[in-house]
Amino acid sequence: MKEKSKRLWKLFISTFYLSAFTFGGGYVIITLMKKKFVDELKWIDSKEMLDLVAIAQSSPGAIAVNGAIVIGYKLAGAAGMVTAIAATILPPFLTISVLSFFYTVFQSNLYVRLILEGMQAGVGAVIAAVVFDMGKDYFLLKDKTSILVMAAAFGASCFLNIKVVYIILGCIAIGVLRTWYKIRREK
Amino acid sequence: MIYLRLFMSFLQIGLFSFGGGYAALPLIQEQIVELHGWLSQSEFTDLITISQMTPGPIAVNAATFVGIRVAGIPGAVTATLGCIFPSCVIVSILAFLYLKYKNLRILQGVLNTLRPAVVAIIASAGVTILISAFWGEAKAITPGNIKLNMAVLFLAAIYLLKGKNWNPILVMVLCGILNAVISLTAGFCQ
Repeated sequence: MKEKSKRLWKLFISTFYLSAFTFGGGYVIITLMKKKFVDELKWIDSKEMLDLVAIAQSSPGAIAVNGAIVIGYKLAGAAGMVTAIAATILPPFLTISVLSFFYTVFQSNLYVRLILEGMQAGVGAVIAAVVFDMGKDYFLLKDKTSILVMAAAFGASCFLNIKVVYIILGCIAIGVLRTWYKIRREK
Repeated sequence: MIYLRLFMSFLQIGLFSFGGGYAALPLIQEQIVELHGWLSQSEFTDLITISQMTPGPIAVNAATFVGIRVAGIPGAVTATLGCIFPSCVIVSILAFLYLKYKNLRILQGVLNTLRPAVVAIIASAGVTILISAFWGEAKAITPGNIKLNMAVLFLAAIYLLKGKNWNPILVMVLCGILNAVISLTAGFCQ
């Protein structure tokens, strides 16, 4: 019991910290969650994390909240889910509550604007590093199908602006067909 | 009953926004500006500006902001709960099914195809962020009009992350502070 509440507390603190310092949308917090829970704490393995991210992305709602739900649920069931959601929501809730009273002052501050601008470069670097870590195995193993899927999904999302939901649905369809074809060939 | 209307309105935003972030914007605008008139168009623009500068998902930021404006702190709590409620139900059901059946062969096949695609989607989001960081509001994207200090910050951040294994949040904050220092010094010298 003590072990469990300790784990929940650690989950709360880690998620709260990530949520409070993450600017720039769901994908950023998801990559940071991966660094924390997979690389640092080793609570989730890397493959499972990608599956959980896929669930978070293909469901409706904010990606950061969905990410917190899957990770919290995976780590500690319903209690973990509630803990992770609370930790994700509290920082923006508190910040916006305070800011909504004097937002014009904050908005026109030059220092704040320059710091936020510079942070974009850092965010881009964090994402690039995480993508490199997650993608390099496919190239090392010369997994041609996966490389093809990766290239196609990147093109569809980046150049054709196809919505993420459709890309995920398309991959699910391809996955079902691939497995079905394999099973039939084995018979 | 204002709380019920707030809850239902943000429930719809939570339920129908797929893909996160800016995908939710048109939906939020429709609900709070056009349908209910809780914010004017210019207040809505301010809300987006605030959301860009503060942590957290834009839908949660909007729920808090609108809730406070319309019905104080209890309104903000109600709207936020409405916004995350659909996620809680749908995502926990999917996570349950995944953890229970992940060894099924057909699900394995689907997941093997999904994994590389997820990497690609994250990469694509990264490209969008970098374009906005390197070129800002520039009309044409050419190597000539790249913001040099941002490119240098990016390369330094990559080095600290991959070469030195620094904490990502520390690297991000450092980039922000360095940019402010560089820009202000450059402005001062001119």
